[in-house]
Amino acid sequence: MTEILYPILYLFAAALYILALKWMNSPATARRGVWAGETGMLLAVVGTLLRFEVVEYHWIMLAFLVGAAIGAPLALKMPMTAVPQRTAIAQAFGALAAALIGTAELFEARPHGFTLVALTVEMLLGYVTFTASLVAFGKLQELLPGRPMTYRGQNIANLGVLAIAMALGVAMNQTVDPTAIFPFFVGFSLLFGVLLIMPIGGADMPTVIALLNSYAGLSASAMGFAFDNKLLIVAGALDGSSGLILSIIMCRAMNRSFTNVLFGAFGTLQTSAKGEVEQRPVRSASPEEAASILDAARSVIIVPGYGLAVAQAQHKLREMYDILSKRGVDVRFAIHPVAGRMPGHMNVLLAEADIPYDKMVEMDEINGEFPMCDVALVIGANDVVNPAAKNDPTSPIAGMPILEVDQARTVMIIKRGMAAGFAGIDNELYYMDKTLMLFGDAKSFVSSLVKELGAQVAA
Amino acid sequence: MHSYEVGLWIFLLAAFLGFELIRRVSPLLHTPLMSLTNAISSIAVVGAILVAGHKDASTLAKVLGCLAVTASTINAVGGYLITDRTLKMFKKRGER
Repeated sequence: MTEILYPILYLFAAALYILALKWMNSPATARRGVWAGETGMLLAVVGTLLRFEVVEYHWIMLAFLVGAAIGAPLALKMPMTAVPQRTAIAQAFGALAAALIGTAELFEARPHGFTLVALTVEMLLGYVTFTASLVAFGKLQELLPGRPMTYRGQNIANLGVLAIAMALGVAMNQTVDPTAIFPFFVGFSLLFGVLLIMPIGGADMPTVIALLNSYAGLSASAMGFAFDNKLLIVAGALDGSSGLILSIIMCRAMNRSFTNVLFGAFGTLQTSAKGEVEQRPVRSASPEEAASILDAARSVIIVPGYGLAVAQAQHKLREMYDILSKRGVDVRFAIHPVAGRMPGHMNVLLAEADIPYDKMVEMDEINGEFPMCDVALVIGANDVVNPAAKNDPTSPIAGMPILEVDQARTVMIIKRGMAAGFAGIDNELYYMDKTLMLFGDAKSFVSSLVKELGAQVAA
Repeated sequence: MHSYEVGLWIFLLAAFLGFELIRRVSPLLHTPLMSLTNAISSIAVVGAILVAGHKDASTLAKVLGCLAVTASTINAVGGYLITDRTLKMFKKRGER
């Protein structure tokens, strides 16, 4: 009886996963998508526990409880600003699970032929993604330096380690006893994961996080081949293609290729090349002046960047948004695809502060609006608004699609000082006649803007 | 047709389906999308149960399997909860 039941449950689970992704396409149905995902997972677990070859429950139940006891507080207590780190550590857990299952199966079932090939792929992806996600987590949590760590011959060394890991994987498939080679295979896979992420800097994190997501999915799919389990193949393929698409979107938003992101060590070479930035005059403004300009504007476009997340200025920004909206100023938020440290980071940050999502506009839609807007206010963003991407073919960010704030009537930029952005490139925007630099910490400056705007109401 | 051939066909179709579905997801929701797909990939728990609960499982397989069940449960529970928590924050004007 149960042997007929579990394939049916698996089938329903796969259908629910597909629906989950389908419902994610709009905020109105997205929460239903989560429900579908949860139900699919439940059906899959129940179906698996019903299978006749599964006889031992006690330890599995205990593992469920321990996992839930760790996972639930992690999700409920964590501050929303730590979303990129959380994603990285979740990927590490997922990859570890896949790697451990592959290992157990290798020692237990002594597989050969196609099954062994699938297991090898699964373990390679699993172990690489495990350490890679851990290093990404360390960088995002600032346990490790966020700047790219580079040295001469790095790419050759990295590719060499990957080649050895793959060669050992092939060797495992050629020998009588793959378990003898296994420890070396694991060692080199783990090492490659670390080396892969070392040269990645903060601005490239969105692409890399998405790519690791894809690897974790492909690893689950490979497991599906090893266990001859179609549900795993489907779920893994969905996850794999999702991660791949997101990383392609991120690459396009920076006008760079995959190879360039992974092996380019962005942000290190350029600093030395463009070292001598001449001292040019900039215009700056006080909070009072800035507030009166905002107050007189009819339309304002705010461009948030990672600096907004660092300064935790989103709630103060909401207050400013409320005051301006009440006075009939049209306030919108322009979101660059790679702003922040993971895909969609800025949207989550603003949504957390209760800013309505219909006010967050994608780059392609908002770019035509800048010439009509009175004030573009840039907070904690730099490279994504740098006109050099369009005007200077020799710039390291040449060809990168940018938010065209230079088209606005007035540009205001909240910035701590005149230091160059992540890519180490000077920004022409700061020296334009219509630009006002608002020097200060994003949170305290926005607070003073709120205070000034309030005072102007009273007056 | 061998079983793995069927598997490859399924993989191919599911991957293309995934591309079509994800392409339609608004960039607004890319962060919750990532936590959801992450939770979905913790379906690896199925493999972990099969390894840990198998009637002939050795001690090594049981230990590794249970660790894998724990890791994927952390991922599943955490992933679905955070996705829902994130999505709850997305409101339209006037929905506060």
